[in-house]
Amino acid sequence: MNDIWAGIEAAFWLIVTLDGDLIDITLRSLQVSVTALVIASCIALPLGTWLAIRRFRYRRATIATLNALMGLPPVVVGLIVYLLLSRSGPFGVLGLLFTPTAMIIAQVIIITPLIASITHQAMRELWAEYHDLLISLNTTKRQRVATLIWDGRRTLLTASLAGFGRAIGEVGAIMIVGGNIDNATRVLTTAIALETGKGDFALALGLGFVLIALALAVNFAIHALSRTEQEGRW
Amino acid sequence: MIRAICLIAAFWTTAVSAETMKLAVTTSFHNSGLSDVLLPAIKQDTGLDVQLLVVGTGQALRLGQAGDVDAILVHSKAAEQEFVAEGYGTRRTEIMYNDFVLIGPASDDAKLRSAENAADALSRIARAESEFVSRGDDSGTHKKELALWSSASLDPEGFGSWYKAVGAGMGASLNTAAGLNAYILSDRASWLNFGNKEELELLFSGDSVLFNQYAYLPVNPAKHPHVKAEAADQLEVWLTSAQAGTLINSYTINGEKLFVFNALQ
Amino acid sequence: MVTQPTTLSLKNAVVRRRGKQILGPIDLNFPAKGFSIVLGPNGAGKTTLLKILHGVERLSEGSLTLSAPDKEVRQKQAYVFQTPIMLRRSVRQNLAYPLELIGTPKPVIAEKVTDWAHRIGLQDAMDRPAPRLSGGEKQKLALARALIREPNVLFLDEPCASLDGKSTREIEALLLNAHSAGTRIIMTTHDLGQGRRLASDVVFLLNGKVHDSGPAVEFFSGPRTSAAKAFLNGDIVE
Repeated sequence: MNDIWAGIEAAFWLIVTLDGDLIDITLRSLQVSVTALVIASCIALPLGTWLAIRRFRYRRATIATLNALMGLPPVVVGLIVYLLLSRSGPFGVLGLLFTPTAMIIAQVIIITPLIASITHQAMRELWAEYHDLLISLNTTKRQRVATLIWDGRRTLLTASLAGFGRAIGEVGAIMIVGGNIDNATRVLTTAIALETGKGDFALALGLGFVLIALALAVNFAIHALSRTEQEGRW
Repeated sequence: MIRAICLIAAFWTTAVSAETMKLAVTTSFHNSGLSDVLLPAIKQDTGLDVQLLVVGTGQALRLGQAGDVDAILVHSKAAEQEFVAEGYGTRRTEIMYNDFVLIGPASDDAKLRSAENAADALSRIARAESEFVSRGDDSGTHKKELALWSSASLDPEGFGSWYKAVGAGMGASLNTAAGLNAYILSDRASWLNFGNKEELELLFSGDSVLFNQYAYLPVNPAKHPHVKAEAADQLEVWLTSAQAGTLINSYTINGEKLFVFNALQ
Repeated sequence: MVTQPTTLSLKNAVVRRRGKQILGPIDLNFPAKGFSIVLGPNGAGKTTLLKILHGVERLSEGSLTLSAPDKEVRQKQAYVFQTPIMLRRSVRQNLAYPLELIGTPKPVIAEKVTDWAHRIGLQDAMDRPAPRLSGGEKQKLALARALIREPNVLFLDEPCASLDGKSTREIEALLLNAHSAGTRIIMTTHDLGQGRRLASDVVFLLNGKVHDSGPAVEFFSGPRTSAAKAFLNGDIVE
């Protein structure tokens, strides 16, 4: 119990004193995870929707693969991205290893299947509801995807937030590809791992509380934004 | 949406450009806190921004082989010599040493306090079959531990369940040892800086076989043309300078000196 | 209002699902004008017939001939379902949707949407979510959304099956209006009274086959088959 109180206290002081390192690390966490989220959403939302409305031969296999990829261990993703981006690997010339970009790549790989899978579930339901109408109105495929994405935007927001939650709390992959370099690739989760390793549980827990607060803040902010947009209508 | 894009753009532009180089160091070196003293001094004297990748010795050597870092600072002599012999590093420069210590429960069931030397201390643990936490991660500390067992004519392969190879870094292993109230081999710096000691105490130290030599190895630019060889050379000059010697020798934790500077000038 | 009249004709049309023949063979002609009612008991194949005429269900055999290129015709057709499908949007956006799909200019859309909202009495509910309307309001909205593109042909599948008398009367008034404005209507129902009130001609369907078809007056006064006679008498036909 003492450690938890010490953690809350540490978090409190870190925040009220606007600790420079903390702000730096927090902003970098946001930078990496928000960028990864935007990229992953751009891939996963249309992909999940497309899978819901399109019938093709390997559709079931594709969906099963997607669901399996959702459970990819981040450490494995990290290792694979590391081997690809290493100077001795196929993309070594890009010099991306141990940069925020490498961390973003790893996170995109981790959260894209998750967002696509949730999107697919939600869109399948909506498509069943809209199917006859959209077919009858002679819509093009692009119009169908656009209609479903727009009308299902609140479920898609939930899918994206699930992705964001996984990205911001992820440590295994970004530790390997980012290297936890101070002032360059250190983010909240890797800092927590580092402080835990040093046995400084209070600081580690303090950073943990900051991480939780950050995730909550982002969730509330987005929900507030989506509510104001629909005020008076829904 | 536009606001979100602006925000992301703002994040990106904060990236600073300075002469940077990447140095892989061992967990034990970083946990000592010495890097917090050395890095600002290096920046001030040479203008170099040294980015530390804190990993085990095994991974540090792999990073060097792959050319993913510009130099490494590790402590595992045999592996380092092999690294140079295979052409991955240009040379091996000894910088300083610290020492390993044996940590264990304050009750000291295996009676390490009265051990004559390191080999004797380990034999006592094996005889009492007291719980022992091994790094088990192919790190410099792990290699040292294995060498110590073999100097006591013992082989961890045949040990019972009291021997726990956790496959983790120094800090995590110390956390495990604290939780189990078990014996463990640690470098002195990590131990002194460790915040979660619980019932553990330093029980044995001082045998010269426990000395732990750190060496600096720049990655060979002939193998990896992209490495910042000049910066690596500049850092080597600084690390072997009298200025570095003073800082290293005067670094203490709780009044205890941790490192002895022994670079050839 | 209606630019290009369309005629539809089915020749030897058969629909099979999983090897089972559920419709046909059917030969039918629908001229460019008229108000056709497809009558028949449940499971007679009424919905399937509407869907093949609309082109959203494929024929297993036979052919559907349209008087104009396929794509043009589909653009000029509309379909109202038994259970109205509401987009999860406001009433206004539901009405605007079919026009947005074909790139109608915004001011024109706004004008037409306001006009139709008035016609169906939902002018004060423009910004309410369509899925939360009552059953009758939903079906009126679905009908207005179908008519807003001024279709040549309007298909309706039992549009009043679950509505009260008042809503049914309003829907029927809208339909007669559209018909007199030149829209060709093909509608299924199993409500004989509705058939009598609206039809200019009748197709009587039983077990996937046409048992009678012709002008409404003739059908209701003297059906040509015993099954049709039994159906008109209110007997159970199988």
